[in-house]
Amino acid sequence: MLSFAAFPAPGRRARLSDFPSKDANPSPAPAGDAVIEVRDAHYSIGGRKIFDGLDITARRGRITAFMGPSGTGKTTLLRLITGQSTAERGSVKAWGQEVSRMSSPELFALRRRMGMLFQNGALLTDEDVYENVAFPLRAHTKLPESLVRQLVLTKLQAVGLRGAARLMPSELSGGMARRVALARAIVMDPELLIYDEPFVGLDPISMGVICRLIKQLNDALGITSIVVSHDVQELSSIADDSFLLSGGRVVAKGTPAELHKSDLAEVRQFMEGLADGPVPFHYPAPDLARDLLGEEA
Amino acid sequence: MSAQVDSMPIAWLRRVGSMSLFFVQVCARSVASFTKPGLIVRQIYNAGARSLVIVMLSGLFVGMVLGLLGFDTLQRFGSEDSLGVLAALGMLKVLGPVLTALLFAGRAGTSLTSEIGLMKSTDQLTAMQMMAVDPLRHVIAPRFLGGIIAMPLLAATFSVIGLFGAQLIGVQQMGVDAGAFWSQTQNAVDLRDVTEGIVKSLVFGVACSLIAVYEGYHSEPTPEGVGLATTRTVVTSSVMVLLLNYLLTAAFLTKS
Repeated sequence: MLSFAAFPAPGRRARLSDFPSKDANPSPAPAGDAVIEVRDAHYSIGGRKIFDGLDITARRGRITAFMGPSGTGKTTLLRLITGQSTAERGSVKAWGQEVSRMSSPELFALRRRMGMLFQNGALLTDEDVYENVAFPLRAHTKLPESLVRQLVLTKLQAVGLRGAARLMPSELSGGMARRVALARAIVMDPELLIYDEPFVGLDPISMGVICRLIKQLNDALGITSIVVSHDVQELSSIADDSFLLSGGRVVAKGTPAELHKSDLAEVRQFMEGLADGPVPFHYPAPDLARDLLGEEA
Repeated sequence: MSAQVDSMPIAWLRRVGSMSLFFVQVCARSVASFTKPGLIVRQIYNAGARSLVIVMLSGLFVGMVLGLLGFDTLQRFGSEDSLGVLAALGMLKVLGPVLTALLFAGRAGTSLTSEIGLMKSTDQLTAMQMMAVDPLRHVIAPRFLGGIIAMPLLAATFSVIGLFGAQLIGVQQMGVDAGAFWSQTQNAVDLRDVTEGIVKSLVFGVACSLIAVYEGYHSEPTPEGVGLATTRTVVTSSVMVLLLNYLLTAAFLTKS
């Protein structure tokens, strides 16, 4: 049972009744300022173009989804936003500041305003769950141990894993590890939460739990969320804005409902999971008959 | 083929440059990491205490071999009473620091490289960066310092156990007079010999720890990449230890 009863939201105490149930039809969050702005971004890896004039915006208080087939650069986009990589051309701004021009201390200051959930959780394997969640607090604050304990247990309670505080990462299931990583990502009360493929490899129950946590955390803490995934079904239930990436550009944007109604071939193939289309099923290869007969291409 | 041969010195130079830069970065972070001594103590335990058994066993057997061969050679000249001097100087000045460093590279060095490489491949280092925590300061510097502190302690243990092994064979088995064994050792070994051993083990500690953390931090984040980095740690450390041993021995001889 997910409960946020003990969750200390900044400025107010969150109540369970504050959060919409999964079945309820959530009303779209009000539009706000741009937290992340990417304009005409170009980026390539090893001569292969990943982004060719990418434009995206993530607005304050909303859940923004970046979707697209594998290899379209969704994770690379997160690396640009967090300053781990730099765009060759164009602009990537976080809270109005150009990320590529930031010095190392400025980048670290920027990252303290962000929390990131990695695809595999990225928990510190030699520390238990409690120490993993306490890690950012110990690194950045000099809080007394009693307060650290309160904060850690509160965040673990929020993700339903207070009872697993003394387990090691190797003792956790994939879904549990991701929830611990989520607790760690929110322990410093970030303004922006970034989720990199949060649903990959999860069973339907864990997927539902993570999905609901993303929505509830976003609403309870009043933060901005960016979710990178190719799980259309789950994203559609929580995202306020969606961007569909393909061929280094945004091929469609809008609410998930608008994307579902789109007539564009790229959008239809992705949203309906069609095997063939603009993204071909077959990797480029010589003629099958010639190949089978052993003729050189 | 020609291009490959041409690029080898450049690749080697690039590697030396990259490692030097890394050394400066780690040294700069090392000062700050003293503010969290718990991290360093943990790494001294990992690199030092966990290598203790293999170092002590190796020291014992090397000392015993030294006792056997030393006795066999010295008795030809009727000076088997000098076995203690041979064993003590051999252990303190060369065998202790060099063999401990080779064992350190094989046991603790590979462990450091694979641990850091796996942390990299499972995004733990990136996660730290995303939490605004510098992995060089939090992960690399404590491991580097832990290795440097552990190495002389291990080398001293190796030398003491080795001397005991030589005594075990020379005195207990071959019948060398115990009084002559220890008194000649006491008279022949002075502070300069001990200093040479300490300086060598410190330098080897810096070299082996630096190579281990460098290879781990720069490994490809794949199982194959971590494996290759671990192999490079052993090979590079071993060659560097033998090269540095020659240079330091020559330097100490020139000085005396």
